[in-house]
Amino acid sequence: MSTGAHPPKPEGDGALHRLVRSIGFRIAALHAVLLIASGAALGAFFWWNTAGYLNRQVDQSLRKDVALMSARFDDGGVDAVVRTIAQRLAEGSDEEEVFLLIGPDGRSIAGNLEVWPAGVPVDAQRIEAPIRHDGITSTGRLYAMELGGGYRLIVGRDVANRVRLRELVGDAVLYGSALAVLLAGLGGALVQRVLQRRIDQVAVTAVAIGHGDLSRRVPLTGADDEFDELARTFNGMLDRIGGLMDGVRQVSNAIAHDLRTPIARTRARLEESLRDAGGEGELRAAMERGIAELDGIIAVFQAILRIAEIEAGARRSAFAPFDLSTLLADAAELYEAVAEEKDVRLEAAPPAGLGMVGDRDLMLQAVANLLDNAIKFTPAGGLVRLTAARRGETVEIVVADTGPGIPETERPRVTERFYRAETSRGTPGSGLGLTLVEAVAHLHAGTLDFEGDPAGGPGLRAVLRLACGEVPRLVRAADAQRRRAPSLAAEPGPGRLPVGAAPGGQASG
Amino acid sequence: MRILLVEDDKDVSRFIAKGLKESGHVIDHADNGRDGLFLAASENYDLIVLDRMLPGGMDGLRLLETLRATGSKVPVLFLSALAQVDDRVKGLKAGGDDYLTKPFAFTELLARIEALGRRARGEGPVTRLAIADLEMDLLARSVKRAGRTIELQPREFRLLEFLLRNAGQVVTRTMLLEAVWDYHFDPQTNVIDVHVSRLRQKIDRGFGFPLIHTVRNAGYMLRADQ
Repeated sequence: MSTGAHPPKPEGDGALHRLVRSIGFRIAALHAVLLIASGAALGAFFWWNTAGYLNRQVDQSLRKDVALMSARFDDGGVDAVVRTIAQRLAEGSDEEEVFLLIGPDGRSIAGNLEVWPAGVPVDAQRIEAPIRHDGITSTGRLYAMELGGGYRLIVGRDVANRVRLRELVGDAVLYGSALAVLLAGLGGALVQRVLQRRIDQVAVTAVAIGHGDLSRRVPLTGADDEFDELARTFNGMLDRIGGLMDGVRQVSNAIAHDLRTPIARTRARLEESLRDAGGEGELRAAMERGIAELDGIIAVFQAILRIAEIEAGARRSAFAPFDLSTLLADAAELYEAVAEEKDVRLEAAPPAGLGMVGDRDLMLQAVANLLDNAIKFTPAGGLVRLTAARRGETVEIVVADTGPGIPETERPRVTERFYRAETSRGTPGSGLGLTLVEAVAHLHAGTLDFEGDPAGGPGLRAVLRLACGEVPRLVRAADAQRRRAPSLAAEPGPGRLPVGAAPGGQASG
Repeated sequence: MRILLVEDDKDVSRFIAKGLKESGHVIDHADNGRDGLFLAASENYDLIVLDRMLPGGMDGLRLLETLRATGSKVPVLFLSALAQVDDRVKGLKAGGDDYLTKPFAFTELLARIEALGRRARGEGPVTRLAIADLEMDLLARSVKRAGRTIELQPREFRLLEFLLRNAGQVVTRTMLLEAVWDYHFDPQTNVIDVHVSRLRQKIDRGFGFPLIHTVRNAGYMLRADQ
């Protein structure tokens, strides 16, 4: 029987097998089963209410006739019964009435039935049998009885019409079901084709991307249905992957260009010292300088990797609730001394009680980088102001300075890796500080923007907008999934390079 | 101190062992997890320097978890190329007392080892710290040098306290950030230097000899060499 689970069919059954396994076909099959079941239920209900009702009425009047005939026979014998039959037939009130009275010798005495119908016992009740009366062959619903003295009587009704009705209802249910199956099959094929076409769009895009064309996106139909939702999610993922790929490319470029130069310089100096150094003292000094330069290179390298790590979003494990007000006050306290040394005033006025969920150390790093950057580019006598405010579900941290600022056209480029503004060429820094701030902002579902002074004055405002509440639901779900099944990428390999503290990187102010 | 070094890289172990011996420590070395665990469980060490990734089927985390399960409280410093936040958190959760990532400067490692060793020896609850003519009363939160009271901001007080507790030893800028400011992040430019120089202004200026010394390429040291 088909109740058990079928073993998987061998592959290669071809198109039919594929059709049977397709979601569209399964939906259509389920539909057909439901349609047939509801058709059958409807038919049964209809039958019960029409043909069944009529049968019950016939049975009721037949039982009355049986009682009447018995009473007549008891009162007036056979003659009374004959009279009653003749009277009923003569009245012709109901042309469907049939009677047959036969005597002990088997001869017909009264009634319109020509012969005792075959197969009808003498005590039959509610039997349907073929009958002949008034010259026509038909179907009758019959009661038969023994009247006594060898007389037997049949009372019945010609129910040919009802039989036809019943057949009609049965046929209707049957053909209706057949039609339903046919329509369901057609619908299934249609659904299957529509689904297939929508899925093909995703598949074609995925294949194109698999072949390296990362610019492809799944087209939206504009129907705003589940598939569009899927396509949007899919495209969002592709955008993110594209961004990450760009990041990787940038890192490769950075390593190729920006690290090659200092490495080459260090190497040249060491070689030169080896050749020309006059004594141990000079050699020692050269080596110390070499180590210091290598430390600088390691720091830049670690900063690049750290930014990549944060951008990959893999650092949410350290997320916890913390007091942002305290953190901002700590950052201000840490940098107040630096500012003072440069004769720059650092004003910090974070409101109390700003809570948020995030990575505390990274947040301090971000704010520290912004403060460091602002202080570095603010001339003596200038002002750096750290403020924060809650705006609904986000926290806005603003570091404003009175430095030279940067032209509006340059602002979007500030957070690019190794970006250095023209005016900052002479200032120390790796050009990674603000890239890191932006990465931290993204990790906290936020943004980093640069604005001019709203009053039109000099200076630059770095605005860090962060989600202060919980991490969005889907991101949380993805994190949970990652914890359950750690991906290969998240698993550190022995070849992994160190990603430790980043260097003091700045870009511009 | 008697120190166990569990590290599989030959050059790195030689470099560490040599440096630690020169600083007056006794070093045992294991180059895989099994031997490391055996030594750690059977001998009495003052401190263990442990690599995360080890050959021999037992990595540093497993080793430490097994060791801690036996009730051992020996201080452990992780030394690892695994430097993501996750790795650091995992290492500390497994029972590590400190975490240093490769590549590292030897002075940083030595400073952290000696700080850990001191912490483990546990001087007990201290109410008073002193060096030369500098005194710190931890209960009254007051500092005096040569009998003169010095006013310190709370953060400066904590900075000096940390230096005093580690007097005679190098403390790095990262250690100061972690201990005094309680943030694990990258010390930007010269932030710590500025704070130390402010402290210096208060406790060294106008006195006969300096107490806070800068150790080149490493950090600071509180030392009374007259």
